[in-house]
Amino acid sequence: MSRLDLSQKLAILSDAARYDASCASSGTTRRDSRDGKGLGSTEGSGICHAYAPDGRCISLLKILMTNFCIYDCAYCVNRVSSNVQRARFSPDEVVQLTIEFYRRNYIEGLFLSSGIIQSPDKTMEDMLRIAKRLREVENFRGYIHLKTIPDAAPELIEEAGLYADRLSINVELPTDQSVQAYAPEKNPATIRKAMGDVKARKDVAGERSYTGKRGKRFVPAGQSTQMIVGADGSTDATILGQSTMLYGDYKLKRVYYSAFSPIPDATAKLPLIKPPLAREHRLYQADWLLRFYGFGVDEITAARPDGNLDLDIDPKLAWALQNRALFPVNVNRASKEMLLRVPGFGTRTVGRILSTRRYRSLRYDDLLRMGASLKKAQAFITAHDWTPGGLTDSVNLRARFAPPPEQLSLF
Amino acid sequence: MYTVPLPRIGTDLAWRDAAKRLIGAGVSPEDILWDFDNEMGELFAIDTPLPPVTRRIKAPQSFVEMADWVVWHKDPQRFARLYALLWRLRHQPGLMQDRADADLAKLRQMEKGVHRCKHKMKAFVRFRDLRQGGARRSFAAWFEPTHHTVEPTAPFFARRFADMDWMIATPDVTAQFIDGNLTFHPGQPKPDLPEDATEALWGTYFCNIFNPARLKVSAMTSEMPKKYWKNLPEARHIHDLIAGAEAKVQEMRDAAPTLPPERVAKIKRQLRGED
Ligand code: SF4
Repeated sequence: MSRLDLSQKLAILSDAARYDASCASSGTTRRDSRDGKGLGSTEGSGICHAYAPDGRCISLLKILMTNFCIYDCAYCVNRVSSNVQRARFSPDEVVQLTIEFYRRNYIEGLFLSSGIIQSPDKTMEDMLRIAKRLREVENFRGYIHLKTIPDAAPELIEEAGLYADRLSINVELPTDQSVQAYAPEKNPATIRKAMGDVKARKDVAGERSYTGKRGKRFVPAGQSTQMIVGADGSTDATILGQSTMLYGDYKLKRVYYSAFSPIPDATAKLPLIKPPLAREHRLYQADWLLRFYGFGVDEITAARPDGNLDLDIDPKLAWALQNRALFPVNVNRASKEMLLRVPGFGTRTVGRILSTRRYRSLRYDDLLRMGASLKKAQAFITAHDWTPGGLTDSVNLRARFAPPPEQLSLF
Repeated sequence: MYTVPLPRIGTDLAWRDAAKRLIGAGVSPEDILWDFDNEMGELFAIDTPLPPVTRRIKAPQSFVEMADWVVWHKDPQRFARLYALLWRLRHQPGLMQDRADADLAKLRQMEKGVHRCKHKMKAFVRFRDLRQGGARRSFAAWFEPTHHTVEPTAPFFARRFADMDWMIATPDVTAQFIDGNLTFHPGQPKPDLPEDATEALWGTYFCNIFNPARLKVSAMTSEMPKKYWKNLPEARHIHDLIAGAEAKVQEMRDAAPTLPPERVAKIKRQLRGED
């Protein structure tokens, strides 16, 4: 095999990394390099430096250290039984690519993951070496996200947390049975233990010791995970139940949903379907409702008997249509909790309604100016000059929002 | 009648100083002409000195913060609109909370435009290595902002790229950062920047991180509007990526499952601890 040059390696190892949905670079500590002795800054919200034609944000240099892997996860392009071309970066190559891309303002930092080579510990050690060099030799103050290897020694994972802004461990599939079926070398209990260790270590770092000093900085942007959607038979109710557990028990910052999409040299075990992008989108919306709008999983998934979300309309609208007895709500008097449940009102709109209604009684046009989507909201609210009349309970309300059924054509 | 000259560089402080004096002296909005960067020419130049600072009028902090954004908007009416709202605020102190007021809504919308422009500048400036040798490396970029956002955005680049020298040239204002000092200069035509080999690597990354099975062009263009493409080195690949996506996915589907490579059996035995 001829030696690969840097560009060829980059092509192979970014291609292999694109199935990880996360590219976030926000929510870490504020840092800069004004002292002139280092490179980089992080200031709250991350920046998307480019968008690919798949509509995804490119914020980080997202690459694998190597796509050689001794595991055989059916959904993964890097599994040992696949015949894709393999490559491996040297630590120096990863460091140089990160720094040179960063200096040209292409990226916010590095998201490094890896196939498992030789052993989980060896893999984790190599990733650590890269992160440490970036921080200590290059004085890099940008963002670093490391995907940890769950089977690696806890000390290694702990050390990773000192250099990284975020650690992630993918749960991969929504149920333990699916993990066993499709990722036979992985152990769901080990994955959960690793997440639990990171959480415990982070809790300690946040506490002050008796001298009043804070512990060492430890993954300030928290941990995240990813679930593949559509590879196994799990329902949305199962998936969202799993997310709620992850947010609650492990204080995860984000759960990413990744529509299973065709990969090169796929296994016969998993058919290459069209990636369920609409489903992925609805899951993100539902996830949002769980975290910021006070909804419970059962409320969101109650609309359909099969435990899946309605693909044609968003989950909040679906819930409102099922619970019409609670509507219309009066925007001039309703509680914040209830306003958050109005389809077409976001958290920002609700904030504006609450601050403005202290000064005046709100009208339909006022809501428009505040950025509410009244096409959706109008059936569910009353305002100073607006009542929906029979609209709230009309039988064809759902049809106003759902896309019309596809036209049939002769063939 | 007052004509208030406002410079292109340092607009924010000049506007704030003038507005303070004028509102303190009770000058009504109709009696002020705001002249940005001498655009009005000699015709309207009335040399009335601004009133001295006598009385200090209290303005809500939220107005001051909003004004600091809006002054960089490209709308020639921005200064007059801000002053008119300041004028109304004297008797309507709660006005800033009224999200439904039309004047305020317009200013908030302009503020948002500047926010967005600033954000896009942070995202889309692309430096090229000037390869000049010396203790500090030097880089330069050409950028075309929608509003006058170079000045308020340059400190971000100074905080981030403090260990290198850089220049961001634009038709509006050019920012330079040399040995830790940030300075602003009049805008300029596009300079000839040397080729930078790293751009090709960045292009390779852009092409390969893209998943052809998830084509969603409108999601891309809403965040990365076409007007920015000409100064983004990666954008030259977009057309081919879109054109080839369908075929690539079909190729993956059509490929029959292959037999696992020979090493698999050995690796699996090792994993089970049998070797
Ligand atoms: S461990 Fe599984 S998911 Fe991770 S790279 Fe290897 S095969 Fe892919």
